[in-house]
Amino acid sequence: MSTTGYNFAYLDEQTKRMIRRAILKAIAIPGYQVPFASREMPMPYGWGTGGVQVTAAIIGHDDVLKVIDQGSDDTTNAVSIRKFFAKTAGVATTTRTREATIIQTRHRIPEAPLREGQIIVYQVPIPEPLRFLEPRETETRRLHALNDYGLMHVKLYEDIARHGHIATTYAYPVQVAGRYVMDPSPIPKFDNPKMHMSPALQLFGAGREKRIYAVPPHTPVKSLDFDDHPFAVQHFDKPCALCGAERVYLDEVVLDDRGGRMFVCSDTDYCEERRAQGHAGAMAPDGARAQPGEAGHGR
Amino acid sequence: MAGTEVPASGAALADVAKSAQAIFRTLVDVLARPGTIRPLPVNFITPAPLTPELAAFAVTMVDQEAPLWLDARLAASEAALRFLRFHTGARLVSAPSQASFALVGDALAMPELQAFAQGTADYPDASTTVVIAVDHLAPASPGARAALTFAGPGIDGRAALSVGPLPLNIRVQMAENRARYPRGVDCFFVSRGHVAAIPRSATVFGED
Repeated sequence: MSTTGYNFAYLDEQTKRMIRRAILKAIAIPGYQVPFASREMPMPYGWGTGGVQVTAAIIGHDDVLKVIDQGSDDTTNAVSIRKFFAKTAGVATTTRTREATIIQTRHRIPEAPLREGQIIVYQVPIPEPLRFLEPRETETRRLHALNDYGLMHVKLYEDIARHGHIATTYAYPVQVAGRYVMDPSPIPKFDNPKMHMSPALQLFGAGREKRIYAVPPHTPVKSLDFDDHPFAVQHFDKPCALCGAERVYLDEVVLDDRGGRMFVCSDTDYCEERRAQGHAGAMAPDGARAQPGEAGHGR
Repeated sequence: MAGTEVPASGAALADVAKSAQAIFRTLVDVLARPGTIRPLPVNFITPAPLTPELAAFAVTMVDQEAPLWLDARLAASEAALRFLRFHTGARLVSAPSQASFALVGDALAMPELQAFAQGTADYPDASTTVVIAVDHLAPASPGARAALTFAGPGIDGRAALSVGPLPLNIRVQMAENRARYPRGVDCFFVSRGHVAAIPRSATVFGED
């Protein structure tokens, strides 16, 4: 249950109101980065302080929270944030994508399709997609105001000139509702199509950079590309070694020092659910079918 | 929502954290899905002409950091002013163009949308959120004659609201508001126990 000595969900009510005002503006202007007075949180920058503040401003007693880090429910970042809200808000938590009402994520979108009524909160390190092309905030702000995204197209073009294809594989820039170009956070470009017309509300929080932005449900999200170099996602040669899933995002796991490796689902919940249903990949442990729900990463 | 009588003093919401969160999530829901009508969980008594729904919005979103503007009907009521000052701590401003939030008690007499803060090209978020009390708020089928029909982010296809009374030229005003995008104002409509929203990103059809 929740701890005494803290307000519900850690933040004081005035801070929540400030964040909530920013969230309303963010929803009304899809893809536009709303400045907000980001607070210090009891975790270091880079550990999802922006996402945590957004979640704290929206979460209620009835919510069921899922937290993932690179697709995994059981890495340090995910576990600590999940415990943080279990302690300060007393909310129910889950690892099941379908059961969650709020999903806070670092760098992945779950494989299971999101549904109407869910909110996904992204942890964002650098919210400004133009930052590495133009370091001055005054200038990038003006470029957004003028709807001038030529710089970004030059960057993608230079990728093609140098590598023969667009070499950006994560944090791949998108244009939201035909207007603002937005950093989707460092999700693999594999996940970009999931943002397009998603039935879920997508909120983005950048704590150190003090920005909140949003994509409402049923909103077009287009990955930038060229007519002769259309956007395409990564493909994997083999299915998941544990659950046999195809067309999912895979992590490489090194097995030994002789080049042994396996590729497994990055989304651990999706992988576990499939194995519980009896699916097995090429390197699934013997008897995997007989022990549904067993957790594991192939390590 | 936590049942709440408005006391002579003390917070308007019984369990502030819980009630404010429930109201806010409702506001998020209707703004992210324009045209959707949701019950607004309020149950407290306010001095007329301040409706409980307007008060709930103000208590949830407004504080000393967010200047508040009231239309003539609300501003004329000393009791309403006292309620809002006490429960929100908001600074009341006389010019709609200076307000973060505007409460409208008499929609037919409201200023044009362009009179409110529009934000700037660099900071379109520096704009007014206009909360309008209406008598009638109901779902409608897109294209229905008296309804507002619109499309945009958050809407799967087209959405429609039967809402009123509103100024006769509201469609023109909303089309102009959309033309200023990303500058512009976002409108919430509150009726008895319900709320809906039309953000600046919505394109309203059939201007007349």
